[in-house]
Amino acid sequence: MAAEGIQPPLLAPGPGVAVVRPQRQSTSSWPLIDRVGYWLCWATGVALCAIALAIVLYMFVKGISYLRPSLFVESPAPGVKQNETGGFFDPILGTFMLTGLGILIAAPVGVAIAAWLSEYARPRALARAVESAIEMIGGVPSVVLAIFGLLVFSQDFLGFLSQRAANGAVYGRSFFAAGVIMAVLALPLIVGSVREGLAQVPDHMREAAYALGKTRASCIRHVLLPAIRPNVASGIVLGMGRIIGDTAIVTILVGVTLKLEKVGDVPLIGNYRGTGSTLTSYVYNNSPAGEGGSPQKAYAAAFVLLMIVLLLNAIVTRLSGDTQPLGRVALAGRLRMIGRSMPWIQ
Amino acid sequence: MKTVKNDQRAERLLGALAATLLLLIVAMVVTVFLKAWPSFAHNGLSWFGPGGDVDEQIRSMEQATPLPGHSAYYFRAWPLIWGTLVTTVLAVVIALAFSVLAAIFLVEFAPAAMRRTLDPVIRLLAAVPSVVYGLIGILAIVPWINGHLISDGRKASVGFVVQLNGADLATATLILALMITPIMVALIAAALASVPKSWHEGSVALGVNRWRTIVRVSLRTARPAIVAATVLSTARALGEAIMLAMVSGGRGFAANPLDGLTFLFEPVRPLAATIVQNAEGLTIPVLAHTVYAIAAVLLVSAAMLSFAGWAAKQPLKRYGIRA
Repeated sequence: MAAEGIQPPLLAPGPGVAVVRPQRQSTSSWPLIDRVGYWLCWATGVALCAIALAIVLYMFVKGISYLRPSLFVESPAPGVKQNETGGFFDPILGTFMLTGLGILIAAPVGVAIAAWLSEYARPRALARAVESAIEMIGGVPSVVLAIFGLLVFSQDFLGFLSQRAANGAVYGRSFFAAGVIMAVLALPLIVGSVREGLAQVPDHMREAAYALGKTRASCIRHVLLPAIRPNVASGIVLGMGRIIGDTAIVTILVGVTLKLEKVGDVPLIGNYRGTGSTLTSYVYNNSPAGEGGSPQKAYAAAFVLLMIVLLLNAIVTRLSGDTQPLGRVALAGRLRMIGRSMPWIQ
Repeated sequence: MKTVKNDQRAERLLGALAATLLLLIVAMVVTVFLKAWPSFAHNGLSWFGPGGDVDEQIRSMEQATPLPGHSAYYFRAWPLIWGTLVTTVLAVVIALAFSVLAAIFLVEFAPAAMRRTLDPVIRLLAAVPSVVYGLIGILAIVPWINGHLISDGRKASVGFVVQLNGADLATATLILALMITPIMVALIAAALASVPKSWHEGSVALGVNRWRTIVRVSLRTARPAIVAATVLSTARALGEAIMLAMVSGGRGFAANPLDGLTFLFEPVRPLAATIVQNAEGLTIPVLAHTVYAIAAVLLVSAAMLSFAGWAAKQPLKRYGIRA
């Protein structure tokens, strides 16, 4: 017993002895209410994971069981029976057409406006106004953008972008119209991402460029933009995700046909002037909420849509550098990234 | 000096582009309001009030036969506004409670492995398109609620006013809460994670346990971020159209809280979903004015919320916290 009483001291004096840290406080000493809070936190964390897993598994099971290779190559067709109504080749094509046009407009405009806001921003009042306008656009519901687009593209002088009815009225619904409005939707994301990148470029890079006699424009073009290429890319991918996932603009602005309908004879331009569908509007139309009433095909298309979105998500994660371990500070940065990927936060 | 001239030209070009964008956005707001004006002008402030069946009013505009005793523009949006308010407020309250706990867990308690899992989970929940949420809702949750939670007696009790079929307030609210949870978690957790570590340590060193430290120091510091997250996700919930058009029941009915539990199973139709469902009728002038009036209301609310979110975040700058 006496031997047990003499313990070596925990923090032995002298060099070379490792410091023994006190054990982390266990929750058993906490008051009951604090412990309840602690366990509630655990419960919500686990619940979030469970919900996400449930959604993915559910879509996976439904998607795999209804997905047929033929669905990818057949066009939608009117029909009564399941095997008559075709697949979603046209909607996939429509998704690519719309995303392509939207990004083609939004990327250069977004980068240019972000460069102006971060590097020039004169006059000050104009810059503040543009900044808040872009912030506001990020928060406007996409249905509102969609019916505004319908108003704009039904104007007579924009008739060449869609089609005219027999009485000369402009239809106003086409891939062109939807693509332009989609660009507005993606713009805040691209501007936000590029500005974030420009803010991170250290000032000495700009100073070095000026010292070498570069003008501001040339510094942006040859020094800054190459330095923030990953930010530009992730902005573009975020914008693509937003465009691919949006339904309201497609159902209102691309129109009511599931097949791609061409207007005029010019190959690509004719398609853009015409109507059609994308994966999102295909899902909506085939669900009980739309007219089609073909839930199996809606599930299959939704599964394909989910896979595309998850792929884009993985690309963004990759671009934002996913390799470091998640400490507190890294976590804060990453969460801000997630926040930014949700456009209404800009 | 040709290069300097080029530089000035570049600045002017980029500035002109930004100014054009600003003009376009202002033009958008003005056009929507001009287009909406007849509807507001004919109804006055009672546009926002209750009065009759809103679906009947829309139908009469579609058929261009005014309701007896009313002008062609007669429209009382209260059921739609009420539907928007109820779904938004309920969803935000549920999501807020859930998100604060989840954010604390993510930042303070989660073991490293759990943290690595939660990060992609939040991304995933944020990335799922609303039409997929709507599809799961309408094909999985709605039939389940219809079959298991709504008894025949409950259906009969309100059968003379409205039909209950599972597409209802409860489904809409739950899915909406799930959709806004990821942004709330991300914003709140980002603020919690950037609370200076030393503040935390100071409290723990004084003998306060970790939970109380989190509640009294971290949460209190992050309060502006929590307010901002709430405001921004309210804007999101307000603008959600497709998912709500699919699962909320699509009936312009002001669900009555006095009905007790049945309230949760009554159909609603928020403002944004109304626009989607009437987009086909935009060629009819009277209906178009009405739909643009709804859009104008949403536009104003969204602009106000985005301003409020900005204002709510300002106090955080005092602490040098970015969120």
